[in-house]
Amino acid sequence: MSDIVIYSIITLGAMGAAAAIILFLVAKKFNVVEDPRIDLVEEELPAANCGGCGLPGCRAFAEALVKADDISELKCPVSSSEAMAKISEILGKEIPEPEPLVAVVRCAGTPANRPRNNIYDGTPKCSVASALYTGESNCPYGCLGLGDCVEACRFDAIHMNHETGLPEVTDELCTACNACVVECPRNIIELRKKNKKDRKIYVACINEEKGGVARKSCKVACIGCGKCVKACKFDAITMENNLAYIDPVKCKLCRKCAPECPTNAILEINFPVRKQKAGAQAQE
Amino acid sequence: MIHTFPNGGVHPAEDKFAAGSSIKALPVPETVIIPLSQHIGAPAEPLVKKGDKVKTGQLIAKSKGFVSANIHSSVTGTVKKIDNEPDSSGYKRTSVVIETEDDQWEEGIDTGTSIKKNITAGPEDIITRTLDAGIVGLGGATFPSHIKLSVPKGKKAEILIINGVECEPCLTSDHRLMLEKGEELLVGVSLIMKALNVTRALIGIENNKPDAISHLSRLAQDYDGITVKTLKVKYPQGGEKQLIKALINREVPSGGLPIDVGTVVHNVGTAYAVYEAVQKNKPLIERVVTVTGKGVERPSNFLVRIGTPVKTLIEAAGGIPGNTGKIVNGGPMMGKALNNIEVPVNKGTSGILIIPAPEAARKPVVNCVRCAKCVSACPMGLEPHLLMPATEFKKWDLAEEEKILDCMECGSCSYICPSGRPLLDYIRLGKSTVSKIIRSRKQ
Amino acid sequence: MDKLITVSPSPHVYGDDTVKKLMYGVIYALLPAFLVSVYFFGIGALIVTAISVVSCVMFEYLIQKYMMKTEPSVSDGSAAVTGVLLAMNLPTNIPWWIIVIGALVAIGVGKMSFGGLGNNPFNPALVGRVFLFISFPVQMTSWPEPIVSRLQYTDAATGATPLGVIKEGLAAGVPMSRLAEQIPGYLDLFIGHLHGSMGEISALALLAGGIYMIARKIITWHIPVSIFCTVFLFTGILWLINPYDNADPVFHLITGGLVLGAVFMATDYATSPMTPKGMWIYGTGIGVITVAIRVYGAYPEGISFAILIMNSFVPLINKYVKPNRFGEEVKNG
Repeated sequence: MSDIVIYSIITLGAMGAAAAIILFLVAKKFNVVEDPRIDLVEEELPAANCGGCGLPGCRAFAEALVKADDISELKCPVSSSEAMAKISEILGKEIPEPEPLVAVVRCAGTPANRPRNNIYDGTPKCSVASALYTGESNCPYGCLGLGDCVEACRFDAIHMNHETGLPEVTDELCTACNACVVECPRNIIELRKKNKKDRKIYVACINEEKGGVARKSCKVACIGCGKCVKACKFDAITMENNLAYIDPVKCKLCRKCAPECPTNAILEINFPVRKQKAGAQAQE
Repeated sequence: MIHTFPNGGVHPAEDKFAAGSSIKALPVPETVIIPLSQHIGAPAEPLVKKGDKVKTGQLIAKSKGFVSANIHSSVTGTVKKIDNEPDSSGYKRTSVVIETEDDQWEEGIDTGTSIKKNITAGPEDIITRTLDAGIVGLGGATFPSHIKLSVPKGKKAEILIINGVECEPCLTSDHRLMLEKGEELLVGVSLIMKALNVTRALIGIENNKPDAISHLSRLAQDYDGITVKTLKVKYPQGGEKQLIKALINREVPSGGLPIDVGTVVHNVGTAYAVYEAVQKNKPLIERVVTVTGKGVERPSNFLVRIGTPVKTLIEAAGGIPGNTGKIVNGGPMMGKALNNIEVPVNKGTSGILIIPAPEAARKPVVNCVRCAKCVSACPMGLEPHLLMPATEFKKWDLAEEEKILDCMECGSCSYICPSGRPLLDYIRLGKSTVSKIIRSRKQ
Repeated sequence: MDKLITVSPSPHVYGDDTVKKLMYGVIYALLPAFLVSVYFFGIGALIVTAISVVSCVMFEYLIQKYMMKTEPSVSDGSAAVTGVLLAMNLPTNIPWWIIVIGALVAIGVGKMSFGGLGNNPFNPALVGRVFLFISFPVQMTSWPEPIVSRLQYTDAATGATPLGVIKEGLAAGVPMSRLAEQIPGYLDLFIGHLHGSMGEISALALLAGGIYMIARKIITWHIPVSIFCTVFLFTGILWLINPYDNADPVFHLITGGLVLGAVFMATDYATSPMTPKGMWIYGTGIGVITVAIRVYGAYPEGISFAILIMNSFVPLINKYVKPNRFGEEVKNG
């Protein structure tokens, strides 16, 4: 009996030792020398592999960061500025402070604002519906409400509001990775500068049709009247193809434009409630 | 022995309710909306402006580039505006809107009913006349016909194939045309033969139209080289590649054209339009449109002016039934559902189908059971069950490898799927994405 | 028009087939075989089928509802089909708790652990059967006496299957001519008057079901025909070489679970190839393995193992055997 025990210990031990030696030799022979900084940098990255940087995953981005001499062109839209500062410390390279951005949905075509004229019964994907026709709202520019952007988001930051039929962005979670912007077949989503207290003012419409046509079909369409352009003191609003656009960089959030809009196409979000006086002034 | 194509295909219910009603010309509508892009290729360039008076048959937009087609006014009246008007997808396209005042035809157009059999035009004249008359493939593809009439250098056409299959269920416009305009059609076929310099033409007709087969066979005895061939009913036999395979057992190579196997395929409607253009000097301003559906009061075949709103046609057939669920521009297999019935009839409109609400809904989608029915139904020998997830999960390399671009969008896979899976919805999306990728790779 | 119209991509008409209809079609096709076994085995057949179907449906429902947290889809009939097929593969005197275990393995391990309908690489009923066959070899290989044990369930008198008789006889060195006297005549074998699992006894009833399924386009003919051809050819060659030690090909075709396996088990959608060419490869493989197990293996019967082995090759077959692409080989003429 004890023989068996001894023999098994010896054989197993010998096999184990042989395997260990082989493994050691193989590991030596095929050892890949990698810059240890790649691992350090990768640890600081979000590990979401979202592709927002244009490279296939965070590891590739870390490699690129280590390899490049000038890393100002390499941007991870997801990482916080602290994380990027750490990375710049590890690498000893300068990283410019990125401007924080947030995704904004530029459509307010809820069923109440723009009555549906048909029922879509195909595959519930915006890309399929958009290739087929104008959508349930019959607006060739409007949100189709089928949620391709929700599917594209890896940070759970965009959700469909089933009452309005429009997607809503949770600003705290949005990393401005650009995935939803790319996915939207109608280019409705835009990355805009993040302001204090998540305040934003933007034209929630991208309809380029003539005013009359746009207004007839949607209560909150931009009709290209140009009132907001005149109201803006900072030259932040431009008018092109019957459509107003507020430049997020130039905009000072003065809120002068919103009350001017006859169709309420300019949305103000996260501002304190407007005082009666301000409204009255605007109307004068 | 009656032939059909060997692999794939399905047998949807035929439902050809309008087969017995003869072609009726609709009165000229009050306004017509004539899109400048009724064909594959570049939109035509408008020659008129707001306020201009136009006559019926007058050229109002000129073809721009090689792949393009002329557009003619289908009524006499005043140009109200040139603006963006919704087409059958709801998206807006530049169109000429004309308010009708009269129906005065442009000079030189023979509007008589007598049949001109005597062919005097030479091959070049025939091609020029086809180009001038703005003729496009009337089977639905709307590819400019003059291009198909000019055989490219290095290629040789041996056989002309005329597509009288009309494999789409419900549609009967080609069927009625063959019955009522048989003689003109055959003259048209002879003209196309002359233009292509071929001596043989085959007219393929499915055996659910025995009257058309016997009628055309009898008439064809007087025409040299034209034979009528009976084909076994199977969808999508009207697909160019399937028709060639069924009639002369040649396979157009993947990514190739019929001319690669020595044939040219034209629709019967196109042959008739060529007859009118060459013999009667009449441009393509009207076509036969079937208005049909289970609930439709009077399923009919109308001869309508291009640009007539779809609504007018439906009203002439007895109005929209109360239980309407879907209105389709075209047949049930490949037609486009409309969300607006104000859109105009264009050169490619072969029918308007009204589907009752209970039948308009899709089946609920359940798991793929891998029954392989889509594989056996695919006339192109593809694997839809593989192409759908390839698109769904964005595996574009796999989709390209599995020949997603060979798909002709006939819908047989979606039709047959017992799990109600929207195979074609995805494949169509995959096709457009893959072709975009290939195009960007070439650049 | 007061209601909104619907818009969807083409096509706008659909075929009549649904998964549910196809699954119930399989159940209808199994009816003749079921009736034959009720005739020969009486209440045992009824009890076994009922327990098997109920437990399969129940397990699928419970797993979908409480483990996968999805809407249960037992009404599509696929669990019932697995239940009937599992019952068909069991002797009618098998204790009820073994059937329940078999159903749990079939549905739980064979089907739902892979994600449910359409995702299972192996035929669930066969997974259940083979599990039971290995775990409970005694109960799984004692087959009740036909006709006389109609009113008995687990206490029925038992006997060996013709294949078992021949396997043991040949192993003991008894020549084929003597063994032929110990087994029922070919007509009895064909109709189903023999020892065997509940659903496998009547080749006639199973073939009728198969013809019904082919006519209704539930299955195609390729898989059954390729299995029959291969088994016939392979056993025929062996028989011609040595008729003393080998059973003749007709005997092989109509005994054991061959017809049941070829018509109902091998044709399972999810676990069989997608193209006719692939089906031929698959069917041929099943035929060869079946005969190899029957003639050279330890077990008298081999179709279950053969199907499971070939199931594992199906993804490979699907990857390399493609349908005839239109326009790929240009044949002009």
